Amino acid sequence: MNFGFSEEQELLRATARKFFENECTSTFVRDRMAEPAGVTDDFWTKLAEQGWLGLVYPEEYGGTGLGFVDLTVLMEEMGRASMPGPFFSTVLLGGLAVLEAGSAAQKKEWVAKVAAGQAKIALAWTEPNARWDAAGVTVTAREAGGAFTLSGTKLFVLDAHLADAIVVVARTRESARPEEGITMFLVPRNASGLDVKLLPTMDQTRKQCEVTCKDVRVPADAIVGSKDSGWAPLQRVIDRATVGLAAEMCGGAQRVLDMTTEYAKIRVAFGRPIGAYQGVKHRAADMLVEVENAKSLTYYAAWAVDENSPEAPLAVSMAKAYVSDAFRRIAGAGIQLHGGIGFTWEHDLHLYFKRAKNSEFTFGDATYHRERVAQLIQL
Amino acid sequence: MDLSLTSEQEALRAEVRAWLQANMPREWTRRVMASSDVPRPEAYDFLRTWQRQMYEAGWIGLTWPREYGGRGLSFVEELVVHQEIALAKAPPILNILGVGMAGPTIIAYGTDEQKRRYVSKILSCEEIWCQGYSEPNSGSDLASLQTRAVKDGEYWVINGQKVWTSLAHVADFMMLLARTDPNAPKHKGITYFLLDMRLPGVTVKPLRQLTGDAEFNEVFLDNVRVHGSQVLGGVDNGWAVGLTTLMYERLALGFGLQVRLRITLDGLVELARKMEKNGRALTHDPVMRQKLAQLWIDTEALKYTGARGITKLLRGQMPGPEASAGKMIWVDTHQRIQELAMEIEGPYAQLTPGSDWAVDGGMWQYTFLRSRANSIEGGTTEIQKNIIGERVLGLPKD
Repeated sequence: MNFGFSEEQELLRATARKFFENECTSTFVRDRMAEPAGVTDDFWTKLAEQGWLGLVYPEEYGGTGLGFVDLTVLMEEMGRASMPGPFFSTVLLGGLAVLEAGSAAQKKEWVAKVAAGQAKIALAWTEPNARWDAAGVTVTAREAGGAFTLSGTKLFVLDAHLADAIVVVARTRESARPEEGITMFLVPRNASGLDVKLLPTMDQTRKQCEVTCKDVRVPADAIVGSKDSGWAPLQRVIDRATVGLAAEMCGGAQRVLDMTTEYAKIRVAFGRPIGAYQGVKHRAADMLVEVENAKSLTYYAAWAVDENSPEAPLAVSMAKAYVSDAFRRIAGAGIQLHGGIGFTWEHDLHLYFKRAKNSEFTFGDATYHRERVAQLIQL
Repeated sequence: MDLSLTSEQEALRAEVRAWLQANMPREWTRRVMASSDVPRPEAYDFLRTWQRQMYEAGWIGLTWPREYGGRGLSFVEELVVHQEIALAKAPPILNILGVGMAGPTIIAYGTDEQKRRYVSKILSCEEIWCQGYSEPNSGSDLASLQTRAVKDGEYWVINGQKVWTSLAHVADFMMLLARTDPNAPKHKGITYFLLDMRLPGVTVKPLRQLTGDAEFNEVFLDNVRVHGSQVLGGVDNGWAVGLTTLMYERLALGFGLQVRLRITLDGLVELARKMEKNGRALTHDPVMRQKLAQLWIDTEALKYTGARGITKLLRGQMPGPEASAGKMIWVDTHQRIQELAMEIEGPYAQLTPGSDWAVDGGMWQYTFLRSRANSIEGGTTEIQKNIIGERVLGLPKD
């Protein structure tokens, strides 16, 4: 038994930290916040050159063939840097969906392009009903003459405005069991009737869109996986993407704790560094305990996903439930312990506070995942 | 990262599981089982026999050296055995302070003679140990302790008082901290003694707790003459030795108490299944499901935070101040489990043993009350937060 990272993984962490310190500075992040793209071509190319866009993809599709434990290390560092851009949406949602369920031809075309930084794929799953269960999928895909027509609205779609193609989750058949009759389609971004609108969001480092399908016609070979049985592969994709998201949140939470600790050592009030006061020290200790627990559950989820363990869905939901609350509380405490400076636009704390809020509601908040835990432990 | 076990470790798991199935005592009732952490007085005799059986079968002291009655195995084997003990809902270890604290400290600091004399009898429960740290005026500020030891030839003459001393009324020995140099700075002039509780001048007076039980005591030391060979780890070096004990205590908590926590949580889920509110089981209540799931998550978090700690140990690093985080998580989770048990029982939570209306014979009422001590014993939560703040995060001292 060994529940720690290998030397190679520690090396990846060191490399990534240095890379983001140089390439993803606060100035860079803030510039990206201010513009729709959220990323530069130059930065995206560098991610590709590092091999990070294909880190978890098999070598035959241009990837590195590493696992989710390795990805956890990388994404902790991305979260630490509050990295903007479509890494998560392209690599872990759109790209992973094609890899998980796509045909050989789709994988050959799209996965390799994502790994090389030549294409971006979004995943349009959630809708205005804001549900994360199968019943929430109401966008329809009607079959006629060997083709499908998609109609309806997707909401909270990450980075759809940057994508070359969008995997749209649609209902192809009404069924008493909502898990049945769901199909994934790979739709080109420029398909006729597909409208993408950028949404103004609290967290400006991660862009979200409304995606409207108005009689969007796609051929049958646009199906990713098989017709009517798209829910199971989608859940596998979401579970694995959630591991990455949780890791990113752990990295952000650790950064807030680090910033707060450093500040508490140098900020003097009543003649002493504020970190000497128990009102500050004890809250910092609480933050550490939550960071450590969040990491433990996230690492276990990453391991369970890599092992294809039957406990993986439970592990993922435990991690996401915990880290959703923890990151939010830690980011809030970080602002509190900084006092007035923590409330300014100039200080970076608000980037983490807002990212925590965005991440909390991405793929299920703590309440949703606790209920999923309750179901999985047969409560 | 690999959480799987070797085939030898899997074989050990099968072996301990089979042994527990064959040997779990019939008289082990729910009533006795309710003591999820410290054994209750009425069970002492029974638990003494049980520990002896466990020891003879080789399930205690797995990481201890073979020459002192252990098996020389790694912390992974220790963890496997603890997990099986928990799954079987087996009785706790009576000599918990000896096994968790005194033994490892004597192995770390003792002379060969001390190790030969004491260690194996700790495992077999032939000799029970208690811990003489706290005093009426020295709790969290332990280094301010005033019990004095004055040299008189080959002996030390000890005077003072210890308090909150669990198991002292049945203990054969005490891990005693006493001041040997009153002129040194407070952390420097302390010595760690292995005190025979039967020496003249040792008086034990049980202290009744808010639970009504008397599991802890006051211990009065009145001109107790202790031979110089009973010093552990050198004169005036007691602070370092004592901290080692505390470190092992928190580590032992990580192993033993996480699995016991799981037993308690399973019991809580069972309770929620059978208690009804407005005509339906509480497990169907959405708010209750949220609370139970959160406790499940927190209990699992402790397990994996513990596994990260064990990995550090296996890589040759000593248990560090991170263990304080484990203790805090355990305390917080356990107290919330006990609070939720009361909430689940509703108005029935008020009834204690003796009432036919009491749920589960009033078992949870005792564990609920007992859990208040968790955030005080073995270092208060406030002290753990100081340790984390100062020694892990590097914040300035108060």
